[in-house]
Amino acid sequence: MIFAAIVAIEVKDLLSSVIAVGAVGFALCLAFLILKAPDLAITQLVVEILCLIILIRATIKRDLPLVIEGRWVFNTVSTLVFVAVFLFFAWTALRELPLFGEPIMAVAKKYLEEGTAKTGAVNLVTAVILDFRAYDTLGEATVLFTSVIGIMAILRRPGRKKREALK
Amino acid sequence: MINNPKTGMTLIVKTITRLTIGLILLFGIYIILHGHLSPGGGFAGGVIVALSFVHMMLAFGKDVAVTKVSKNIASNLESIGALMFLSVALLGFLGGTFFLNVLPKGSPFRLFSAGTIILSNISIGIKVGVGLFAIFLALVILERAKKEDE
Amino acid sequence: MSLYLLCLALFCVGLYGVLRKRNIVKIIVGLGIMEYAMNLFFVLLGFRFHGRAPILAQDQNILNMVDPLPQALVLTSIVIGLGITALVISIAIRIYERYGTFDITKIKKLRG
Repeated sequence: MIFAAIVAIEVKDLLSSVIAVGAVGFALCLAFLILKAPDLAITQLVVEILCLIILIRATIKRDLPLVIEGRWVFNTVSTLVFVAVFLFFAWTALRELPLFGEPIMAVAKKYLEEGTAKTGAVNLVTAVILDFRAYDTLGEATVLFTSVIGIMAILRRPGRKKREALK
Repeated sequence: MINNPKTGMTLIVKTITRLTIGLILLFGIYIILHGHLSPGGGFAGGVIVALSFVHMMLAFGKDVAVTKVSKNIASNLESIGALMFLSVALLGFLGGTFFLNVLPKGSPFRLFSAGTIILSNISIGIKVGVGLFAIFLALVILERAKKEDE
Repeated sequence: MSLYLLCLALFCVGLYGVLRKRNIVKIIVGLGIMEYAMNLFFVLLGFRFHGRAPILAQDQNILNMVDPLPQALVLTSIVIGLGITALVISIAIRIYERYGTFDITKIKKLRG
């Protein structure tokens, strides 16, 4: 996965980099299956396909070569300093986590024991997102709605009468 | 379906698409309805329904897809899906608090067993599916309008 | 612990793409990679050795399941990521129409 990500960032052709992002997404779907999360694997697979269609739609005829020029040393040094500071803080934070493979599960124990009795659903992830934590699903529906409205507002063409008036 | 050789893709793609988009739509509806029994749920099923419409548009060209689901129908259906989800939430007021699960819960492992979860799944599936197809429609109409200007 | 570090490495590759590249589509690709890394990190937090998927079966009594709570949060996050990518791509298409290039050092003309 890391190798495909490095290829996606570095390669000069836009179409190749989009296809490499698709490879990262499919490898992520396999990783979700290994980590015993079938719900997430199905959702990640179909979302990745749709994301690839939209990205290819945007880059298929608009490819341009680039030239690197000027102010290169300052950029590299400041980026390396920022990434080093970030890595230091992340390392300090990662030490506090419990060991991999032994989660604490203080809240989830209650969901696992009483989930089927209280909601009647067999799939416990669906019971969590639609009954125990339905507010989060409402928020996510709002975010998707806002995104659709935003895209329809950005990609709007003036009607035929206004185009005639502008000419 | 319009069989015009100038719009859309080649004949092989059109024949295969005619056979499979009904199956993809049915599979998406199956995953939405059985969200509380097997992995899936409203979001994955909604995206699969959107993929079946996008498939129809990619294979047959823009005009055929617009006659089936036009832009007004898409935006109206999406608003209806969002309003349905909110009304299912407000239905919980009959029981006491917001979002309470008030419909009767039968025995597990049957289709109508989980109260309001199945209604929530259906409304989210409609909303996500039609909304994502509306995004794709907006991208394609932009291309077509730009080509008419040139 | 090494799995957490690999996830962090993937996040850093995406971060490098957002900070250092000049093409807008490369920046969007970096944003997508950062988002995949965060989803993977959340699911890694809830894994239990020899656990089973959190779905009951009709004839077995399953005692040890993986944590269903991070999986519920990540399910929402995956679909929101799709919405974000679509919105940013539409802005990039508009920028290309107006300026004729995807290069961010040449997009300097503010309005007004």
